Amino acid sequence: MADKERYLRQMILPGFGQEAQEKLLAAKVLIVGVGGLGCPVLQYLVGAGVGKIGIMDGDKISLSNLHRQLLFSEIEIGLLKVEQAFIKMKQLNSGITIEQYPFYIDQKNALEIISKFDIVIDATDNFAAKYLINDACVVLKKPLVYGAVSRFEGQVAVFNFATNKERAINYRDLFPEAPKLGEIPSCEEAGVLGVLPGIIGAMQAAEAVKFITGLGRVLNGKLYHYNLLQAQGYEIEITPIDKVEEINEHQFLKTNYEWDCEIEDVPEINVAEFNKLRQQPEFFVLDVREKHEYPKIDFSDAQIPMSELQNRMAEIPDKEICIICHQGIRSLYAAQQISKKRNLKVSSLKGGLTAYFK
Amino acid sequence: MALEVLYFGSLVDITGLSKQEFTSIADTDSLVQQLQTDYPALRTTKFFIAVNQQMIQSNKALNHGDIVALMPPFSGG
Repeated sequence: MADKERYLRQMILPGFGQEAQEKLLAAKVLIVGVGGLGCPVLQYLVGAGVGKIGIMDGDKISLSNLHRQLLFSEIEIGLLKVEQAFIKMKQLNSGITIEQYPFYIDQKNALEIISKFDIVIDATDNFAAKYLINDACVVLKKPLVYGAVSRFEGQVAVFNFATNKERAINYRDLFPEAPKLGEIPSCEEAGVLGVLPGIIGAMQAAEAVKFITGLGRVLNGKLYHYNLLQAQGYEIEITPIDKVEEINEHQFLKTNYEWDCEIEDVPEINVAEFNKLRQQPEFFVLDVREKHEYPKIDFSDAQIPMSELQNRMAEIPDKEICIICHQGIRSLYAAQQISKKRNLKVSSLKGGLTAYFK
Repeated sequence: MALEVLYFGSLVDITGLSKQEFTSIADTDSLVQQLQTDYPALRTTKFFIAVNQQMIQSNKALNHGDIVALMPPFSGG
């Protein structure tokens, strides 16, 4: 075997050996999301010698990423995460294949891309993507290593890995329906300690390595919760829902994973429409990002962070309003909240500032 | 009959506690009812329930010494 010296320290482990190393080299792992969770997952799997790794993310590097996404550096701000991760990981290990998918996962691309891999790692940061990935893995019967964080706490689980049970457990056994927008705060609103996704991402990488090599016990059908502040773990055995219809490809393709499904009567406008509307003198642009978020912009008329919106509704003037945020998710929710309470013409910038600066 | 309830994630913001002891609660449905009276915000928050580290999908009788965990979904990455 080539590269024996590189992998020597893990190959001499009891129960590992050449056989486990060859299983890693033959494995194909897709990492969806190259952020706080995805960076450590990627680095450890590349280091361990997983033969083929796909990396999928449409996001670009920003300054507020760097406290937890240690793969990236200041000079890379504004560049695509997938492209920079690819360059660095080839430097770490030139003996493996890395496939780049520098765009977000969606219903159109999910099944085709996932079907090229043996295992999927969910390292995304939003419910729409998590449900979409879960369902795509159910359709294709692909094992899924799930991870998520919030503030000082994280969750890890392995789904969709059938052993002797009739039906493999998936994320919908835990939470059958996605929470409504705004019910659970995102990282931007809630915050996250930098080291936490490092720990949870490394645990996801460990689950993937155990799954591939057959070493130890995989968190199959179990949800492991880690509390960083208390330095405590808590494991829960997941119970499957009794009568559940497994999602098929047809249902997957017609499910609406976007948040629009829960929001009525609030139009989303694209960047061209936004630029046209801005020419009107009575048009008002409201930024609902938190104060610490970048990039700073000079074309908003006011900034009311999402976390303060409910209490500051009266500050919004009687004008036609477009709400903006980072990716157009919070702004859509904010637009709905405002249109409930105020009789104004409200829209949300689709894709947010990410689309605007594209 | 005493039992302990553990709150995780954003549920701690709602209850202001990470754990709480209860007495005389017959089953998980009664517990949820009690909690939703004490903390109305729990009515509109998603969580699942585990009794002694086993998730439940329907009402379950509670016994002395049981540990009940309320776990919300996390979405950060």
